[in-house]
Amino acid sequence: MKSAILAAALLTAPALAQHEGHGSAPNPVQMDHGAMGHEAVDHSERGHPSVTADPPAGSGPARAADRIWGADAMSASRERLLREQGGQRYFWVMADRAEYRLRDGADGYLWDVQGYYGGDLNRFWFKSEGEGAFGEDIEGADIQGLWSHAIGPWFDLQAGVRQDFAPRDRTYGVLGVQGLAPYLFELDFAAFLSDRGDLTARLEAELDQRITQRLILQPRAEVELAAQDVPELGIGAGLDRAELGLRLRYEFAREFAPYVGIEQEWRVGGSADYARAEGEDASATNLVAGIRMWF
Amino acid sequence: MISRRQALGGAAALGLAGLSAPSWAHGGDVQAREIRSGFDAVSGEDIDLTIARGTRRVGRRQGSAVAVNGSVPGPLVRLKQGQTVRLNVTNTLDEDSSIHWHGLLVPFQYDGVPGVSFPGIAPGETFRYEFPVRQAGTYWWHSHSGLQEQTGHYGPIIIEPDDPDPVEADRDYVLLLSEFTPHHPHRLMAKLKKGEGYFNYQQRSWTDDYPLTAEERRMWAKMRMMPTDILDVTGAEYTYLANGHGPADGLEYAFRPGERVRLRLINGSAMTFFNVRIPGLVMTVVAADGQNVRPVEVDELQIGVAETYDVIVEPRGAAAYTIAAESMDRSGMAVASLVSAPGARADVPALRSPPLLTMADMGMNHGSAHGMEHGASQGMNHGASQGMNHGAAQGMDHGAMGHGAMAGDATDHTAMDHPAMDHGGGSHAAMGHSDQAPASASMNGMDMRDTDLLPDTVKVGPGIDMVSMNPVDRMGDPGIGLATVPHRTLNYRMLRALARNPVRPPTREMEIHLTGNMERYMWSFDGQKFAAVSDSPIRFAHDERVRVKLVNDTMMAHPIHLHGHFFELVNGADAADQPLKHTVIVQPGGSATFDLTANEPGDWAFHCHLLYHMHAGMFQVVSVAFPQGEGA
Repeated sequence: MKSAILAAALLTAPALAQHEGHGSAPNPVQMDHGAMGHEAVDHSERGHPSVTADPPAGSGPARAADRIWGADAMSASRERLLREQGGQRYFWVMADRAEYRLRDGADGYLWDVQGYYGGDLNRFWFKSEGEGAFGEDIEGADIQGLWSHAIGPWFDLQAGVRQDFAPRDRTYGVLGVQGLAPYLFELDFAAFLSDRGDLTARLEAELDQRITQRLILQPRAEVELAAQDVPELGIGAGLDRAELGLRLRYEFAREFAPYVGIEQEWRVGGSADYARAEGEDASATNLVAGIRMWF
Repeated sequence: MISRRQALGGAAALGLAGLSAPSWAHGGDVQAREIRSGFDAVSGEDIDLTIARGTRRVGRRQGSAVAVNGSVPGPLVRLKQGQTVRLNVTNTLDEDSSIHWHGLLVPFQYDGVPGVSFPGIAPGETFRYEFPVRQAGTYWWHSHSGLQEQTGHYGPIIIEPDDPDPVEADRDYVLLLSEFTPHHPHRLMAKLKKGEGYFNYQQRSWTDDYPLTAEERRMWAKMRMMPTDILDVTGAEYTYLANGHGPADGLEYAFRPGERVRLRLINGSAMTFFNVRIPGLVMTVVAADGQNVRPVEVDELQIGVAETYDVIVEPRGAAAYTIAAESMDRSGMAVASLVSAPGARADVPALRSPPLLTMADMGMNHGSAHGMEHGASQGMNHGASQGMNHGAAQGMDHGAMGHGAMAGDATDHTAMDHPAMDHGGGSHAAMGHSDQAPASASMNGMDMRDTDLLPDTVKVGPGIDMVSMNPVDRMGDPGIGLATVPHRTLNYRMLRALARNPVRPPTREMEIHLTGNMERYMWSFDGQKFAAVSDSPIRFAHDERVRVKLVNDTMMAHPIHLHGHFFELVNGADAADQPLKHTVIVQPGGSATFDLTANEPGDWAFHCHLLYHMHAGMFQVVSVAFPQGEGA
């Protein structure tokens, strides 16, 4: 009997000690020795046949309650449990920028709205941007519908369609990446291929700098690129246009934050030539006031 | 042995007699059912409980509540060990409801988790729970349906022991800590999902007072993490409650000088860890999670969500003492008073400065006291642990390197830029930082998400934003923010079971990782939300003895609760003295280990007791096989 006990103890020891070595137990020596000693006692009392032949733990889904209450009675609550422990979907919409723009010439407006509906990893994402000057035709307006799939802890891959309504109706395929980069930069990069075969791209970056718990300074940069000239849209190949902005918002609530700011925009290279040809300035400075809001 | 002159549960709110008048008597809407603060007691063999919706006021805030028997907390369920109890629970809501008896050993079908143990209680239905009361101590009950618990559906349980109570007290009180929000809990969950640090108004800013260098601030930003992320929902949203009463209500517990007062602390909150202290009094902890422990004297203790501690205090000199239960992030406080005369008050301590997460919370534990213990354990460890990657860790003193993940991946050490890393003789002091040192620049270049460190059982995906580099055992930690307070605090290593446990060595080891993504507000076990693994429960053989190591790969403390069982914390005590618990806090970036005898057959919930973490998917089913012959 004694040798059997010893054998059992030896069989157990390596498996245990191996993990002890990983540093989980505060005092492995004491623990293991104590455990071994007691195990021997325990074995004789409880008569476990062998530590290597564990009784079966069973397999398959957990259905013990079906035997008591019936599978039918349980099924609805099971589905609900699934939905309520991680299966939820959420709807989010944010006007990141909804602003009045004070500048030389006619004052303008701009909206930059996005949102999603879906779960943690897969979402339908929509975006819309537009701008113009009061009293004039709208300069540009688009809406995007995207399937968004998490490709890492912080980034989503987005693919879908963009429809422009101004300056001209035009349809694009979209492939992009959006997420949170190191140092907490919010990034949104997308490439667009139009139904005419024109390839363009847009890169946006924002950074929230908390001055106090509610006063937040947000530098923002946006760059548009083109693979070719698109004369009817005033797009020049290469770096097409760039924006640098600085917005100071006050979060009365997290969801509701009026802001003021300044934004400088440049049209560059061929794009600047197109602008001048139409009698516009190639660069503009906007003083902006708006509201950032979401729900 | 017991000299209990007064054994009251909740009737201690001396200053609140006015609220027991019907609501219409003090201006309430006659139609709307107003929910009272504080609770009555129910007892006997047959107990009726009714779940109903109503309105509830705390201070000047008002909201909708789901309450049992018209009060928040609901009634104290007083039982006697050895009795059988029938609890008839009537649901008058327009949605399903349930009651889970937290910490009670019951047949699994009466454990009260819809979708796991029973179908739930449909609107208009009365469900009868019936079970023998096999234990004694302090417990609690709460809804396990949706997010009802947040809105008031919870209450205390006291079970009187069959044998004389080893804890002597003249007075016996319940202090159930919880939170009030005027908002619907689904709204809170949606804000957590969509916002970033939505409830945190103690974040880093250009004007904060945090002792962080510019370099440390950049490092945190680089990691896309917040050192101030201590609690997800804060005092900006919650009013913290003592037995349902807000801080201004003035909850009082009466004493006569020299009496021994037993306070049964229950953390019945949804999301809040509390630091509990009574300035001027020593608290002697005599029970944890309802199970007696050898008395331990402390000045302050942190109680995780769903834990209970029984403490004895002996107020003498002063007319009043303040019981301060400060939220772990120090954004608010639940307050009550021990008074020898009604209306007497002591000063309420001011909220202390909010704590910051540390190196240890990031899973980089170099300078803890473990080094010494491991040093002492060399001989044993190494004789038996052939598989412990000694090859990879060559050149290091293994005695000091009991840190699993790190030893297993020596490549990290180069990145870590620790010149003193040779660990000779376990001199951790040489490494220049302690457990509580703020994150320092030495971690630049470290991979905070080295998924190669994870075992195969963890599914790597977007739901994991961090992998603890060196998840050492942190059961000796008093909890976030308490390591530096200038008085005695409680930690799990100080707990010893009062009665000796039967000793059995585990025959199986299991490692479960707590995983999450703060930005997306995803929480899970082993990288998978419950929705993804619902048909693959954690299975135990009947009566199987298993050592379960919980590894926290997140920067939040998670209170992990296993239904239907007590497990023994592997806390350095002799195996026979390991304390029994139903809920264990796993500190950020660290690990906690327990031994479980799976001797309660059936299906049981196993989850993080932070309500919104559970709701996000940090939930699993533990399936314990039935004894052979009974089938499973």
